[in-house]
Amino acid sequence: MNFEEHAAKPLLQAAGIAIPRGRLARSAGEAAAAATALGVPVVVKAQAPTGKRGKAGGIRTVDDTRAVREAARAILGMEIAGHRVEAVLVEEQMQVAAEYYAAVLSDAASKGPLVMFSPEGGMDVEEIAASMPDRLGQAPVDILHGFTLDAAHEMLEGLGAEEGPLAETLVALYRAYRDNDAELLEVNPLARLADGRLVALDCKFVLDDSGIQRRQELAGRGSPETLTALEARARALGLRYIELDGDIGVLANGAGLTMTTMDVIAHHGGQPANFIEIGGAAYTKAKPALELVLDNPRVKCLLVNFCGAFARTDVMTGGLLDAWEALKPTVPVFFSVRGTGSTEAREVLRERLGVSPYETMDGAIVAAIAAARDAGASS
Amino acid sequence: MIVRGADRVLVQGITGRQGTYWAERMQAYGTGIVAGLNPKKAGTEHCGVPVFATARDAMREVGFDISVFFIPPLSVRAAAQDAIEAGCRRLVILTEHVPVQDVMELLAMARANGAAVVGPNTAGLVTPSECFVGFMPAFERDIFRPGGVGVISRSGSLGTLFCLNLVQAGFGQSAFIGIGGDPIVGTTTLDALQLLDADDRTDAIMMIGEIGGTMEEDAAEDARAMSKPVVAYIAGRASPPGKKMGHAGAIVMGDKGTYASKRKALEAAGVEVLDTPSEVGRALQATLG
Repeated sequence: MNFEEHAAKPLLQAAGIAIPRGRLARSAGEAAAAATALGVPVVVKAQAPTGKRGKAGGIRTVDDTRAVREAARAILGMEIAGHRVEAVLVEEQMQVAAEYYAAVLSDAASKGPLVMFSPEGGMDVEEIAASMPDRLGQAPVDILHGFTLDAAHEMLEGLGAEEGPLAETLVALYRAYRDNDAELLEVNPLARLADGRLVALDCKFVLDDSGIQRRQELAGRGSPETLTALEARARALGLRYIELDGDIGVLANGAGLTMTTMDVIAHHGGQPANFIEIGGAAYTKAKPALELVLDNPRVKCLLVNFCGAFARTDVMTGGLLDAWEALKPTVPVFFSVRGTGSTEAREVLRERLGVSPYETMDGAIVAAIAAARDAGASS
Repeated sequence: MIVRGADRVLVQGITGRQGTYWAERMQAYGTGIVAGLNPKKAGTEHCGVPVFATARDAMREVGFDISVFFIPPLSVRAAAQDAIEAGCRRLVILTEHVPVQDVMELLAMARANGAAVVGPNTAGLVTPSECFVGFMPAFERDIFRPGGVGVISRSGSLGTLFCLNLVQAGFGQSAFIGIGGDPIVGTTTLDALQLLDADDRTDAIMMIGEIGGTMEEDAAEDARAMSKPVVAYIAGRASPPGKKMGHAGAIVMGDKGTYASKRKALEAAGVEVLDTPSEVGRALQATLG
């Protein structure tokens, strides 16, 4: 889960890292009032759970209150990387002498936390890594022992950046990462002010989705994903559904098999209308899943691909048929049913729907693509 | 890790609904379950084996080689610590949604004690006709049969489809290694590849990956140097970027973890990458003759 800057920065402050004084504003009037309270000059920053806000024109420095009003009016309502800007953060402008990059993230390669630091802040870390890799320090951390001041000093020495309390700031950043189940906690830029103090001018925080179950209060301050109406309905039911542009409705079990169903549809020249996963603990939810898939108005036919393992195909097929008989859909349906419980599933399909599954997944998919084309041609 | 019929298995969380259901199936298949854990039911019997409060007790009283976890996500870290401190050297963690920082902690504990971990978020391990650990349909005769193909999969459902296609094409499996769908897992694609390369029963390897992370790219280099043929499939070619496709690890961010990058790395290493799972029989017949 991503957090907007104004929701991420207090985590730094709680760990002892300084942030600029600021106020969140949802209108031009509120922004002007914030600027008056803080004193100009101020920075007006679009709040959206994405980077690239500066490049999109979402960050402006202004030095009188009327200009604050104009800047806020221009920024509020902007679309940045698909997110509509609903609020601006108005912050005091700092006198910056130098900009650093600092981050802690969960690193798959070392299977542990990774602390990163560069004296070349203000640009994307990908850019630093590509253009001056020797200026980007990376310290894998033994999570059982934590990130020590000594380790921080060693990292900074290697980069020739040992000014003031940088090491203490890195240790504090690591603590904030650990205390908040972060997947990524990034400060860019971390500014050195003319008077030597360190201040976090921006902050990116990604909360581990699996950490949400023990960070409910924190998650309440995060940015929910942008969902379509159907996706939101699925979420409320505990189903993982992603709406796509195609016309073949997909119902499969398990993440890997569902992705593969979409891939093979595309391979044979068709277009999937959705991802939905009803494997694992969700394998009893075939009924609400079918309702979701069919409620997408683009769906011209349905492809059911079950391969039972943990999820029993007879249970999934039974739930599906209950839903089918209740909804009485008119779209054609194509089945591939294999694995655990498939003998019973085939029988019940014959009895209740009068159809037999295709022998192979590819066979069912090719037939579904042809049906979607026919439906498209006749409508 | 590969499981064998002689391995003694501890089931952590044996008394729960899933723990019971799968413990019974494992036993029926021949898996040597020797004990289970549940602190509240210590001293009783369940599924015909003694229940202990801790892995330490189970190790002292009966001894075991592998521990399999039917444990809720927030209890996994402590349960793993218990098993590792008891001297367990092989852990199979089936649980999905374990917080990533807990995973890193338990993997660090395992590393410090010389223990291997499969998972989290794996469907488990199968050695056909001998034993299985986890929730795979090992007992389905048209899906699992003894043979020479070692199967590595991030996904249980897709791994099952491949095993079924293998059997239909006349092949069988030497071992199924479910490595799990999480972004950070104990046994990587590369680890599993090296295990199967060294395994006497394995003649060829079917590697089933998916988008997200760089495990397939990391394994590609070794695949080139291996004597056994490797065939691969990567799920997620048609998935939109920036979305988690069911598995926490299956997400493309920027140019990281893409289908194209994985396919390119594998093909550069001489590994055939299949367009659909139905090609597996043809591909293996061509390489094995």
